[in-house]
Amino acid sequence: MNTTSQATPRSPAAMLAQGAAFGLIFGFLLQKGGVAKYHILMGQLLLEDWTVAKVMFTAITVGGTGAYLLARMRVIKLHLKPTNYAANLVGGLIFGVGFALSGYCPGTGAAAFGQGNFDALAVMFGMMIGSWLYAESSGYLGRTVESHGKRGKLAMDQLLHVPRTIVLLALWIILIGAFLFR
Amino acid sequence: MHSLPALWVGQLPGPGPAAWSPWLVGLLIGLLVVAALYVSDRPIGASGAYAKVAGLIGKRVAPRHTARLPYYADNPPGIDWEVMLVLFVALGALLAAWHGGEVTGRWLPPLWEMRFGDSLGLRLLFAVGGGAVMAFGARMAGGCTSGHGISGALQLSVGSWIALICFFVGGIITAMIMFPGV
Repeated sequence: MNTTSQATPRSPAAMLAQGAAFGLIFGFLLQKGGVAKYHILMGQLLLEDWTVAKVMFTAITVGGTGAYLLARMRVIKLHLKPTNYAANLVGGLIFGVGFALSGYCPGTGAAAFGQGNFDALAVMFGMMIGSWLYAESSGYLGRTVESHGKRGKLAMDQLLHVPRTIVLLALWIILIGAFLFR
Repeated sequence: MHSLPALWVGQLPGPGPAAWSPWLVGLLIGLLVVAALYVSDRPIGASGAYAKVAGLIGKRVAPRHTARLPYYADNPPGIDWEVMLVLFVALGALLAAWHGGEVTGRWLPPLWEMRFGDSLGLRLLFAVGGGAVMAFGARMAGGCTSGHGISGALQLSVGSWIALICFFVGGIITAMIMFPGV
């Protein structure tokens, strides 16, 4: 059986058009969810507004179940980013600091700019500077901080030695609980 | 700088009447990520696009230097699926905001202004600086709130969950320092 059974041809032009289509819908949903707003994103970081957590946790649980089922049926391929303990941890903390300072994240920043928050354009400009600075230091960081705890592709169920369905079931229990007691 | 008016303490205005339910938006974003895996064989992410565009500029200004940077050797700059996605996120958000009567057209978010005043320079400093710090962290961690936080976490990648938790730990601590007493 063909393991990559997508029928869609993926010419470069088709890929650009597909990226545009998914971006259009993603941006529409981010704005409708309210997560393109500064006070909603900062409200989550101040633990005063839980919109971001609700959107993300629902997306993770629903999408996780769909991706698991379709991958099992060999309809899609999963694309796990490699687990690098030190880089995920240190980079994640640095990201969080910048997230709070700027008030937007990379996807919601583009959405915020789209809805008319002009300060988000400055965040997008800053992100290009930061990406460049990372690229400049990527050789050094790769030899030092990022060289620790490289585990490659590693999923929660492998780490915890439980079936993937159990991990997904736990997510559903948390999600339904949060929804019922909202 | 002045302290927050009492109005804001524990009384952030929420996503607004035009917003959709965060549970519904989360569900749709989860399905969208699965659809992107099926149609384009790509996980949805945003931060990489800023690095791709920064690299394009770098290639123009200093082609040989850019080619020598290890990050760009592994991740060649260019306009690809993810860049189109981020560009169209802005357009999708504009359509959603226009549909909901929520186009803002302002430089300073109200919550920012209440805390830090009406200096545009201060906001731009935080926006550009915060954006740079955030993108640096995203590249080190290997993704952002979309790529790790949603697409990676829903594939149950251990590194994505570590990054997601660290995004919020770093963000919450920084936000609490920026908005003491909220």
